[in-house]
Amino acid sequence: MSPNLVLIVVVGVLFAAGVYLLLERSLTRVLVGVILIGNGVNTLFLVASGPAGRAPIVGLNDVDDMSDPLPQALVLTAIVITLGVTAFLLAMAYRAWQLNGNDEVQDDVEDASIRRRADRDEVSSSYDDSAGGTMDEEGADDPSAEGEPAGVGPEGER
Amino acid sequence: MDASALVPLPVVLPLFGAGLALALGRSARAQRVVSVVVLTLVVGIAAVLLARADADGPQVMHVGGWPAPIGISLVADRLSALMLLVSVVVALCVMLYSLSQGLVEYGPDTPLSIYHPTFLILVAGVSNAFLSGDLFNLYVGFEILLAASYVLLTLGGTADRIRAGSTYVVVSLASSIVFLTALALVYAATGTVSLAQLAVRLDELPSGVALMLQLMLLTAFAIKAAVFPLSAWLPDSYPTAPAPVTAVFAGLLTKVGVYAIIRTQTLLFPDSPLSDLLLWAALLTMVIGILGAVAQDDLKRMLSFTLVSHIGYMVFGVALASDDGLSGAIYYVVHHIVIQTNLFLVAGLIERRGGSTSLERLGGLARLSPVLALLFFVPAMNLAGIPPFSGFLGKLGLMQAGVDNGSWLAYALVAGSVVTSLLTLYAMAKAWNRAFWQPPLPETDEEAEAVASGATTDLHGKPVRTDTRRVSGKVAKVAMRAGMAGPAAVLLVVGVALTVFAGPLFGLTDRAAADLRERTPYIEAVLPGGAP
Repeated sequence: MSPNLVLIVVVGVLFAAGVYLLLERSLTRVLVGVILIGNGVNTLFLVASGPAGRAPIVGLNDVDDMSDPLPQALVLTAIVITLGVTAFLLAMAYRAWQLNGNDEVQDDVEDASIRRRADRDEVSSSYDDSAGGTMDEEGADDPSAEGEPAGVGPEGER
Repeated sequence: MDASALVPLPVVLPLFGAGLALALGRSARAQRVVSVVVLTLVVGIAAVLLARADADGPQVMHVGGWPAPIGISLVADRLSALMLLVSVVVALCVMLYSLSQGLVEYGPDTPLSIYHPTFLILVAGVSNAFLSGDLFNLYVGFEILLAASYVLLTLGGTADRIRAGSTYVVVSLASSIVFLTALALVYAATGTVSLAQLAVRLDELPSGVALMLQLMLLTAFAIKAAVFPLSAWLPDSYPTAPAPVTAVFAGLLTKVGVYAIIRTQTLLFPDSPLSDLLLWAALLTMVIGILGAVAQDDLKRMLSFTLVSHIGYMVFGVALASDDGLSGAIYYVVHHIVIQTNLFLVAGLIERRGGSTSLERLGGLARLSPVLALLFFVPAMNLAGIPPFSGFLGKLGLMQAGVDNGSWLAYALVAGSVVTSLLTLYAMAKAWNRAFWQPPLPETDEEAEAVASGATTDLHGKPVRTDTRRVSGKVAKVAMRAGMAGPAAVLLVVGVALTVFAGPLFGLTDRAAADLRERTPYIEAVLPGGAP
């Protein structure tokens, strides 16, 4: 079986463009990326199904001439799923725009708080606690229980 | 034989219930009745399936009467039935918890009528993933549960949840795309997506092709299971959701990923060349996850990091690819579903009782509410693996399997799991000391500061989710309701039961692991006439 070169090139282009868009920060572009890759995968299923044949209906065509119906069924399912997810992503991008005035994927809470602390030149709250040992009860309790972890605590924060 | 007719019900009943609940959207009471009745029925069915699968071997249902390689088959063997039973029990507890949590917690802007149908669809997706006998149906199961989880995670559409949700949705989509691509390639290489048939045909493939397929499937499942290099999305997205949603996600979603890894690794790629890679991934997941937990001072985020970290134990067991390793991994999955869900439910109780989940702002809870202290203490110690509990037994089983393996990497993992266990204990002790034993913080300036910081951060739409909650902290600080503490207590009892009945349970997981390693019980049950 020789695969269809045109289809393979199409798959490659769709994937490349889709991945590029998926890495963007704007949800709308991510959405377009998802749609492109989704169609790329659907085309890949067509490549996987082998050479095109006649309609796979028993009694109408000879079994040997039929194209493989299973990948087409799978693609149909995949298309429906992509449709649902697209609708959801659209709604979410719209909601993000309502709330923030843009639809960009925002930073992690942790990233944001670390950046805030760095701007103010503060140390983290958990650092004070385990290294300073000012609180009598905790400071005495934790290191004696495990020894090693108390040293790792502030380490993990960095 | 009759039990096989029950196999599709754990998928069909919740879907039917979801439709009914949606139609009854105007009556909250009717929705509650539908959800609880459906989930209770499914618990019963799952228990019957487990009993039958254990006694008579895998229960197979060919949907529509089409035999295996052509039609879709649903299979309940020991592993799937066990996973199914534990998941549905946990889902039922979470549902009961969320019922009594009620409207007050979410506020009027949350479309609650959507909660019950979505929750049931989530359960249907999880059941479908556990029961599916072909790879594409597994994908559909994943998509059902993911679509439901998108809705649940962004419930109410507040700024924080949209922020967390967008990361979660994009990452999940990426994993789905990788999975679907892998499916297309699997079909191109073998001409089938039925797991039983794949088990036979993949053996005949050139090793390079099989390796590439295995890598793609592993990548897709590792994102869903939050295995280390692909785990960064989880601690960021889970904690913003309402407590019961986080609890059910933590209990079920990552475990479906782990289940998929167990199933494909044992059935499709038995002599895996990737064991070492998996072992490394397990080690890094454990250690880096727990270091993240140690650094956190918010209870929900800390629990999310321990969730990531303990996924490493399960991957460890799978990667060992021995009977004992798999058995330990399955036991650990069961233990972890129960305990992690329990802890997140208790975190929700703490949030209500103490007005926050930030350890900075909690204190004196042990005196304020001894019951809550007990509810937190037992599962926390269980998670850390203190000797009498199931966490200890699961870890012990895995470590023994690691020592039996004998390679230096396995020994490194045994050491890593000891360190992880200790650090989990440290993180849990930190949470315990701060939230429960530390003297209560002065109320007044506390509140004022919270209001002030809430106001300043809101201007920029900064994602300080606890602050918005804390502004209304006075309202949220209410006495614990028995209806909410009850389900958490039930899970605590289930967790303790895992310890008490560890002997029979380990017997069951041993048999399940032996089945998985042997492969023939599964293949012969699905393809009685032998693989074409």
